[in-house]
Amino acid sequence: MEFKVSNKANRLTLILMIVGVLFTTIGIVSNIGEHNLVQRIMANGLINGFFFFAIGLGALFFLALQYATETGWYASVKRVIEGVAGFLPYGMGLLGAVLLIITFLDGAHIYLWMDKAYTTPGNHHYDEIIDGKSAYLNPIFFWIRTIVYFTVYFLFWKGFRNRSLEEDRVGGTEIHFKNYRKSATFLVLFAVFSSSSAWDWIMSIDVHWFSTLFGWYTFAGMWCSTMTVLVLLTLYLKKQGYLPKVNENHIHDLGKWTFAISFLWSYMWFSQFMLIWYANLGEEVVYYMTRIDHFKFMYFGMFLINFAFPMLLLMSRDAKRHAGVLTIVGVIIIIGHWFDVYIMISAGSLGAKAKVGFMEVGMALLAAGFFIRMILKNLTKAPLTPVNHPFLDESIHHEV
Amino acid sequence: MAEKVIYAMYDDDDVLKDGAKLLVSKGVKVSDVFSPFPIHGIDPIIGVKNTRLGIMAFLYGITGTLLATIGMRYIMIVDWPMNIGGKPNETYLDNILAFIPVTFEFTVLCAAHGMAITYLLRNKTLPGMPAQNPDPRTTDDKFVIELKLSENTQFTEDELNSMLKQTGIIEIDQKEIN
Repeated sequence: MEFKVSNKANRLTLILMIVGVLFTTIGIVSNIGEHNLVQRIMANGLINGFFFFAIGLGALFFLALQYATETGWYASVKRVIEGVAGFLPYGMGLLGAVLLIITFLDGAHIYLWMDKAYTTPGNHHYDEIIDGKSAYLNPIFFWIRTIVYFTVYFLFWKGFRNRSLEEDRVGGTEIHFKNYRKSATFLVLFAVFSSSSAWDWIMSIDVHWFSTLFGWYTFAGMWCSTMTVLVLLTLYLKKQGYLPKVNENHIHDLGKWTFAISFLWSYMWFSQFMLIWYANLGEEVVYYMTRIDHFKFMYFGMFLINFAFPMLLLMSRDAKRHAGVLTIVGVIIIIGHWFDVYIMISAGSLGAKAKVGFMEVGMALLAAGFFIRMILKNLTKAPLTPVNHPFLDESIHHEV
Repeated sequence: MAEKVIYAMYDDDDVLKDGAKLLVSKGVKVSDVFSPFPIHGIDPIIGVKNTRLGIMAFLYGITGTLLATIGMRYIMIVDWPMNIGGKPNETYLDNILAFIPVTFEFTVLCAAHGMAITYLLRNKTLPGMPAQNPDPRTTDDKFVIELKLSENTQFTEDELNSMLKQTGIIEIDQKEIN
């Protein structure tokens, strides 16, 4: 069945974007004269660019995971995953543009290592630690890496998508096995890139600080946001009368993923926090000191929401099959994960001066409106149920 | 009081499932099915009640959490205050992060062992207990449907037998159990 974006959805995303632009303008105008205005705008761009790009990337990863494990149940929701992964090129555009502007602004006080003042000996800003890291953290190498990540992600996304559409036309299992091989390659590359891109784009904001777990932590957060978006989108499409082959068993499985990945994320959060708390080394605890001193309520509140909410509400089997519960939990934890990214980036760059105002809300709404609009547009481009997927029959008879 | 039971044997789980569906649709009460592996989707057909093992798992888990908390608080804070990485050690809350992994492990340990033992007890399959299944072949490659005459009083024995024979059985047997 072909998907058509309803007028209501179109209007809603448009309203979101208009409100977003309005709020952003109010936020910028009311803060003119503040010395950190540019830094704040760029930090917001990075938060939303990364957050929504990461949801698209998470969907691409999830798709590759299904191919590599030759999973059956997901076949009838495959196009939904592809729809979300289809945001990837736009997400790259957003994130790439923000990173480019930041580079031209010499780091805009977000990436201190981009600023020559910190790496030139003799300058009164000179910082030995930043200079010591400059073999890895310098604008040229940073852009080489960023372009490699983007290229690899884009090529694999294009490949998966084209083969998926081709499979609809020709059928057979040849494409399936090709996807299997390609996805294994992708997962290996992704395993490295998801970590190193998290260091490059986010961890280098707190340039003195380092954590070997950081890449996994960021990855778990992004995967969790992706699963929530997939659940919400599937429920939305189901409610609109699409996806006749999707029943509560598939919803249950998506719910299980949301539940499980929430735990993965909490596990990562706790592991990183506890080890640093335990060892109590000055150069490591500084990261948490900033967050606890200035964002105590937001930081621990975010953790509780992203951990306790899905744990308590999604534990029972019935809850994972109930559209209402899933929607409420999904909406709340996706906001929770936005705050996770917000604190990761804002606390590192703006520090104590970071606050959620019109600008933050506005830019998030703008990006969310754009994100939803693009995903719905992507869904119209292909039949919502893949025609010749070798596991389609298994998926239709899926029962848990 | 001895009770008459009919055992119908199948050599395919799908045939058994279809057979059970047919029987239930005619109003026969299937009291149990014996199989070497879990048959997907048989529970709703023969009307097996939802398991309450999950509730027990939760109770065992809570017990583990409580025991771990009480134990660690007494050992590490009250009886002999431990110096954990030079941090304040007057209260349990000050050091709660260090206790969370142990609490988690002990919760899982109690829940898992409690569940396993409950399961074995409830099914009367603790090591050394006499076997409950009617035929040793149901632990290998055969499947058995059990009908109790006392639960199917509206049918005569012959009616039940003839209905079973329509469902692709390979063997039929009758026993008196206590």
